[in-house]
Amino acid sequence: MKLVVASGKGGTGKSTFSANFALSISRCRDVVLVDCDVEEPNLHLFFSGDMRESDVTVQVPVFDMERCDLCGKCGEFCRYGAIAVLPEKIMFFHDLCHACGGCRIVCPNEAISETERVIGKVWDAPVDEHLRLISGVLNEGEPNGIPVIMAAKEAAEGNDLIIYDSSPGTACPVIETIEGSDYAVLVTESTPFGLHDLKLAAEVVQKLGVPAGVVINRSDGKDDETEAFCREAGLEIHMKIPFDREIARLQSRGDLFSVAMPEWQERFVELYEDICTRTGGAP
Amino acid sequence: MKLCITAKGESPDAQVEERFGRAPFFIFHDTEQDTYTAEANTFADAAGGVGPRSAQVLIDHGATVLVTGQLGGNARRVLEGAGIEVYQAAAGSTVREAMAAYRENKLNRIL
Ligand code: SF4
Ligand code: SF4
Repeated sequence: MKLVVASGKGGTGKSTFSANFALSISRCRDVVLVDCDVEEPNLHLFFSGDMRESDVTVQVPVFDMERCDLCGKCGEFCRYGAIAVLPEKIMFFHDLCHACGGCRIVCPNEAISETERVIGKVWDAPVDEHLRLISGVLNEGEPNGIPVIMAAKEAAEGNDLIIYDSSPGTACPVIETIEGSDYAVLVTESTPFGLHDLKLAAEVVQKLGVPAGVVINRSDGKDDETEAFCREAGLEIHMKIPFDREIARLQSRGDLFSVAMPEWQERFVELYEDICTRTGGAP
Repeated sequence: MKLCITAKGESPDAQVEERFGRAPFFIFHDTEQDTYTAEANTFADAAGGVGPRSAQVLIDHGATVLVTGQLGGNARRVLEGAGIEVYQAAAGSTVREAMAAYRENKLNRIL
């Protein structure tokens, strides 16, 4: 089964939820947690373990100036402005190139070939016997994180239970992460902004045809509006994590609160079983 | 010689547009013929790469001088590579006024 944890915006405590959730489930079965927030991966901060690092590469163009007649077709084609065709030469901006391969196809003189370029890494770390963390890491300044997300997801393939931690928001990387998941957990907060962003996230998963439920984090108990929206949208509220001094204290030290508070570990496992029942998957 | 001025409208009396890549119009001024031709910037609302793509438009028109407000880093790299000189127009001036100021050497060169 593939679960995805998403939120309409950052700062809802989504990563903390993912880490607590995955660690709790790993007490009773094997889990692979995948950090797909490739621009700012942070799940590795919660866990230790020796990681294996591998490069993520994309194909970018190289120009054969013997063959190129400066016709300009490649520059005209590139919608990212990565190629400028000057009167005497070509300028290529690798930091703008999205590695779509189109320029090579449109060149009438076969002057463009491709070469590999490293744009990021995948870290693969066994946290313990039952939990494995895979993190996608996009190199700074790179414009397109999609290939890194794909590589991180690919590295987790073949395992029974995979949890993807998506980047916040609703842009292309989020869609790439959610795609192919069996169930989405949307993490939100009980504030007006939280509700607005939850609506956006709910719309995305609905468009992608992924069933979803909601977790309200830092709940102050006044969740009427969020509850009303979820009822209307047919989203189950699986869990409320309250504003709690003990939880806040543990988190401020960078600890996972489910470790020190075993009752929460049980609740995360129940949440997982609940999802299994809803999707018909085996716990 | 051909100059390009970024403009808010199509006519030489339109105001100079501050932003290079997002300018609604590029006005090309041929100094020998004393003609003005306006071209709508098809990238004004594009998502990305507007700087280099707009710079490409200037190169394709054979312009050697650009008068605008400000330049982004990527546009600067292309214009520099193409050897196009860039001058900054006074805020609020019209295309015609900016051209006159250029002829009188009153504009600040920024590239
Ligand atoms: S591969 Fe695609 S994005 Fe990169 S330069 Fe070629 S056309 Fe542009
Ligand atoms: S399309 Fe090919 S021949 Fe034309 S400018 Fe680009 S590389 Fe050169």
